[in-house]
Amino acid sequence: MDDNNLIDMANRIGDFFESMPDHEEALTGIADHIRRFWEPRMRRAILATLDLPDGSTEVAMSGIVREALVRHRQALTPAAA
Amino acid sequence: MSTMPLPSPAGGCGSGSCACKTQAELRTARGPFDDTDYGTPLRHSDVAVTLEIDGQPITVPAGTSVMRAAAEIGVNIPKLCATDSLEPFGSCRLCLVEIEGRRGYPASCTTPVEAGMKINTQTPRLQTLRRNVMELYISDHPLDCLTCPANGDCELQDMAGVTGLREVRYGFDGANHLKDQKDESNPYFTYDPSKCIVCNRCVRACEETQGTFALTISGRGFESRVAASESQSFMGSECVSCGACVAACPTATLQEKSVISLGQPEHSIVTTCAYCGVGCSLKAEMKGSQVIRMVPQKNGGANEGHACVKGRFAWGYATHKDRITKPMIRAKITDPWREVSWDEAIGYAASEFRRIQARHGRDSIGGITSSRCTNEETYLVQKLVRAAFGNNNVDTCARVCHSPTGYGLKTTIGESAGTQTFASVEKSDVIVVIGANPTDGHPVFASRLKRRLREGAKLIVVDPRVIDLVDGPHVKAIHHLQLRPGTNVAVINALAHVIVTEGLLDEAFVAERCETRAFEQWRDFVSLPENAPEATAEITGVPAADLRDAARIYARAHNGAIYYGLGVTEHSQGSTMVMGIANLAMATGNIGREGVGVNPLRGQNNVQGSCDMGSFPHELPGYRHIGDPIVRGQFEDAWSVTLQPEPGLRIPNMFDAAVHGTFLGLYCQGEDIVQSDPNTHHVSAALSAMECIVVQDIFLNETAKFAHVLLPGSSFLEKDGTFTNAERRISRVRKVMAPLAGYADWEVTVLLSRALGYEMNYTHPSQIMDEIARLTPTFHGVSYKKLDELGSIQWPCNEAAPDGTPTMHIDTFVRGKGKFVITKFIATPEKVTRKFPLLLTTGRILSQYNVGAQTRRTENVRWHDEDRLEIHPHDAEDRGIKMDDWVGIESRAGQTVLRAKITERMQPGVVYTTFHFPESGANVITTESSDWATNCPEYKVTAVQVSPVEQPSAWQQEYSRFNEEQLDLLKHRELATTAPGK
Repeated sequence: MDDNNLIDMANRIGDFFESMPDHEEALTGIADHIRRFWEPRMRRAILATLDLPDGSTEVAMSGIVREALVRHRQALTPAAA
Repeated sequence: MSTMPLPSPAGGCGSGSCACKTQAELRTARGPFDDTDYGTPLRHSDVAVTLEIDGQPITVPAGTSVMRAAAEIGVNIPKLCATDSLEPFGSCRLCLVEIEGRRGYPASCTTPVEAGMKINTQTPRLQTLRRNVMELYISDHPLDCLTCPANGDCELQDMAGVTGLREVRYGFDGANHLKDQKDESNPYFTYDPSKCIVCNRCVRACEETQGTFALTISGRGFESRVAASESQSFMGSECVSCGACVAACPTATLQEKSVISLGQPEHSIVTTCAYCGVGCSLKAEMKGSQVIRMVPQKNGGANEGHACVKGRFAWGYATHKDRITKPMIRAKITDPWREVSWDEAIGYAASEFRRIQARHGRDSIGGITSSRCTNEETYLVQKLVRAAFGNNNVDTCARVCHSPTGYGLKTTIGESAGTQTFASVEKSDVIVVIGANPTDGHPVFASRLKRRLREGAKLIVVDPRVIDLVDGPHVKAIHHLQLRPGTNVAVINALAHVIVTEGLLDEAFVAERCETRAFEQWRDFVSLPENAPEATAEITGVPAADLRDAARIYARAHNGAIYYGLGVTEHSQGSTMVMGIANLAMATGNIGREGVGVNPLRGQNNVQGSCDMGSFPHELPGYRHIGDPIVRGQFEDAWSVTLQPEPGLRIPNMFDAAVHGTFLGLYCQGEDIVQSDPNTHHVSAALSAMECIVVQDIFLNETAKFAHVLLPGSSFLEKDGTFTNAERRISRVRKVMAPLAGYADWEVTVLLSRALGYEMNYTHPSQIMDEIARLTPTFHGVSYKKLDELGSIQWPCNEAAPDGTPTMHIDTFVRGKGKFVITKFIATPEKVTRKFPLLLTTGRILSQYNVGAQTRRTENVRWHDEDRLEIHPHDAEDRGIKMDDWVGIESRAGQTVLRAKITERMQPGVVYTTFHFPESGANVITTESSDWATNCPEYKVTAVQVSPVEQPSAWQQEYSRFNEEQLDLLKHRELATTAPGK
C-alpha cells in the first residue's frame, strides 16, 4: 500500500475527529474508525510508518493521528494471519 | 414572504384533493396487481356516503365520483375522457347518468356522490344520448379498425360496441381530420392526429402525471388538435418522452411503435425497472418471450402508474446484438478471446483464483457486487467472497456513490437508509433538494415532487448548477442556494447556525429523542461565529440573507423534508454532509412521520439492496460489523465455514493493493469500474497489474477489456429476484424470458462457488431470500410469498412490522437516541490554483443511465449522443471558446477533450459534464480524492483548466487504439465448436 496515501487518508479522518471537544473521545474515534474500516494490510502499513524516522514519508502524519495510533497501537495491530 | 405552513396536511391525508381529517391509508382493499380502471381517482375521507346505483346500495368515501362508486360495484359506466389516473374532466359526454329527482343527465365522472342518491346508469334515454355522441365521434374517425394498431386495445372501439352504434347518419364526406399527417419523430411512439378524439387525456397526463406541460390542445372547436409545445414535432418539443400520454390515450392516436410493428401483447408479467433508484413497478407486456412494451404498474408503490423514458422505453438493450452469450477466456488481455463451455470458463476462473491465493495468500483476491443485480445475486457474491475466497475483500459500486449515506445515517439515526416513502412528499410543505437533480436522475419521483409544488409546497434547492427545478414554467424554487462545489458542509452548518441562534430549534423533540450531551456540543459548535451565514458566504458564495431565509422556511415548516443525491455524498466531506443533514432534520423535529425526513435519492436501482445485502467489506447483511462475534457466529453456523473477523479491502484500496502487487484476482459482477471509477489511469494501471479478472456482464464493457474470463450476464428480464429501491421497498424482479446465455447471474455465482469447493445449493432465488430473511433481523418477515401478496415490502419487515415499515424512526430512533455530530467544514484538497482555475463537477442526464452500457444501446441516444462540457459564457469568452468547440479539460489526474456547451446554468468558475460515454473520459480527469470516512470518490469537485484544442487528448487516442484492439480480439475470437449449453 502507498504509505503517503494511507497517511493522507488517516489525516483526513483525524481532521474530522479533531473537532470533538473531548480530546480522548477524538483519539478513540480515530483509532476506532481505522480499526473498523481498514483492512489489516492497510493498518500494518500505517502502523509501520510510526517507526520510521521523521521526514521519511512525503506526507507528514498529523499530530492527533500519530497520538491516536500510538495510544491505540495494540488494538489496531491485526492478529497474525 | 410567508413562512406559514400550508393548510391541511396536519389533519388530512395531504393529497390536496380530499376532505379527510385523519391520516387515512391511501390504499384500498384492492389487490396489488388489480389494474381495473375505476374512471376517477381514489378519494379518502373519514366521512362515508351511502347511495344506490341501479338499485344496489354502495358506501364510498365522500368526494368519490358517481362513476367510481359504480365501478366499485362492478358497473362500468361508458367513458372516454375519464381514467382513474387523472382528475375528471367531463368532456366526452358518454358517462351521463340519471339521478332520481333531478333534471338532466349529469356526467358521472364529475358528479360527486351524495347520501341517498339514487342513480340509474342505463335507461333508453341514456342509450340514445350515448349512441348519438359516439356517432359524432365516429363521423370523424377512420374506420380501419382491423388494421389499426390499437385493435383489441381501443376504448373508442369498446365504446362503439357498448353504445350499440350501428350507423353513422352523417356520412364521412364532411369536414374531417382523416388526412392529418402523423408525427413519427419520437423513436418510441407515433402521434396520429387522424385518430384523435380530443379527450385531453394526453394533455392532462402530461400535466398531472408527469408535470412537464409539454402538450396542449391547439385551435378551437373543429380545429382542436393535440400539439406539442408551440405546435412542434414531439422530438422538437419540451416533451421528455415519459410515455404518460401514450398510456393515457384511449385510441391509437399516441401509440408505441413496438405495438404498431408487432401487434398487441398476449400476456404480461409484473417486474421492477432496472434503471434508477426509484425502482418503478413495471408490467412487461409480452408475446411469447418477446417484450412488446413496458407499462408502469398502476399500484406500484414507488411509481403508482408512472414511468420515464428509460424504464418505459429503453429496454431494447436486453436483446441487442452486442450481448455476450457465450463464456470466453484468455490468458492475457492481448490474446484473442476463446469461446468455451460454461464448465471450462468456470473451472478456469476457479483454478486461477486458487492459484493466486496459493502463491500470494488468501487475501490476494476479492469481488465486487453490483447495484444493477438483484439482492439475491449480491448476497451470493458477498457470501462467495467471505465463505469460498475466505476473506472479506468484497465491495460494491455503492462505494462510489452512497457509502457516505450508509456511514452518516447509521452514525446519527442508526439505520443506513432513507426514512420515508416517496409518497411522503405529498405531505411535505417545505422540500429541500440538495445535490440532486430529480427531473433528470429520478424522474418519476420528480413528478411526485412537482405535483406537490404545484399544490403550493415551497422548494429550496442547494446546488452549484441551475437545475430544471430551480426555475421551470410550473415550478420555481423559493431559494436557490447556488454554492461553490465542495462547500456543502459550510452551507449546512450555516443553516444550522441560523436555526440554533434564532431560536428555531424543536427543543421538545430534541429533549425527548436525542442524546443531550452530543446535542449540546453540536449546538455550541454551530453557534460559533465562523458558522454564521455572513462568515460562510465568502467560502460558499451563497448570500447570507438568502441562506438565513431558507433556514427559517425549513425550520418553521410544518413538514420539512430533505431529499439529497450524489452532490452530497461524492465529496471529501460526503459523510460529514450526510450527518449535517441528519443533524438539521433532528434539530427541527423533521423526522419520524410522513412528509418529513432524510431521503437519499439512490443512483442505481439496487444501491440500497446491494448495501443491505452485506456488500461492504466490513459488514454482514443488515449492516452488522464483521468484527461482531455473535453476528459472525450466526453466519458461520449457517454457512458452515469460519469467517475472517477483519474488514476487507474497499474498491479504491483494492486498486492500491493491486498496484502494489498484493491484490491479483477479481470477480466483478455487473459493474464497469473502468468507466465509472475515478482516475482512469490509476484504475487501468491496477487492472493491468492483476493476473485474473473475471467479469460477469451482459456486454463487453470497459472493464471486460481488461478481463481474462468473461461470464455472460443476464438482464433483469431473464431472471427472478428482488430489487430494493431508495425507500427500502423490496420488489420482485420476475423472469419474462430465458437467459440468453443459459444461466441467470445467481446460477453463475453458484457454479463458481462450487468450482471453488464451497457448496451452494439453491434451485430458485426464493431460497436465497429465505436464507437472507433467516439471517437478517430487518428481513425476518420477507418472503416471495409475502411479496406476491403485498406487491412490495419496505424493510424493516419482521415480527414487529409484519407488513413492512413505510416510515422509520417514528417513536424512537433505530439507534435509540438520535446522535448529533459535529460537522466542521474542512475545505477539499481539490482546490483551484493558477494552473487549474476551474472546478469540474459531474452529473447525469434524463435519457442516459450511468455508464450508458444499456441506454447507449437504445434509441435514447437520440436525446443525448455525446457528453458535453458545460461552461459559463464568461469562462468561455475568457478562453476564446465558442459553442460546440472542442475543448481540452485538464486536471492533475489527466486530460480529455469534449465539445463545449455554453450555458448560464453554470456559475462562473464551475464546469460540468456527464459520464455516459466511455470515449469522453470524464473519469480520466477526476482524481482519487475521496470521502474521509468511506473513500467515496470526490467526483463532484476536480480542479481543472479548460482550453480550446484541435484534436482528441493523448488518453483518448490511446483509448481509441486500445478499444479497437479489444473489439478486434472479440471479433476474431475463437468460436466454440459446439453450443456451450449448460
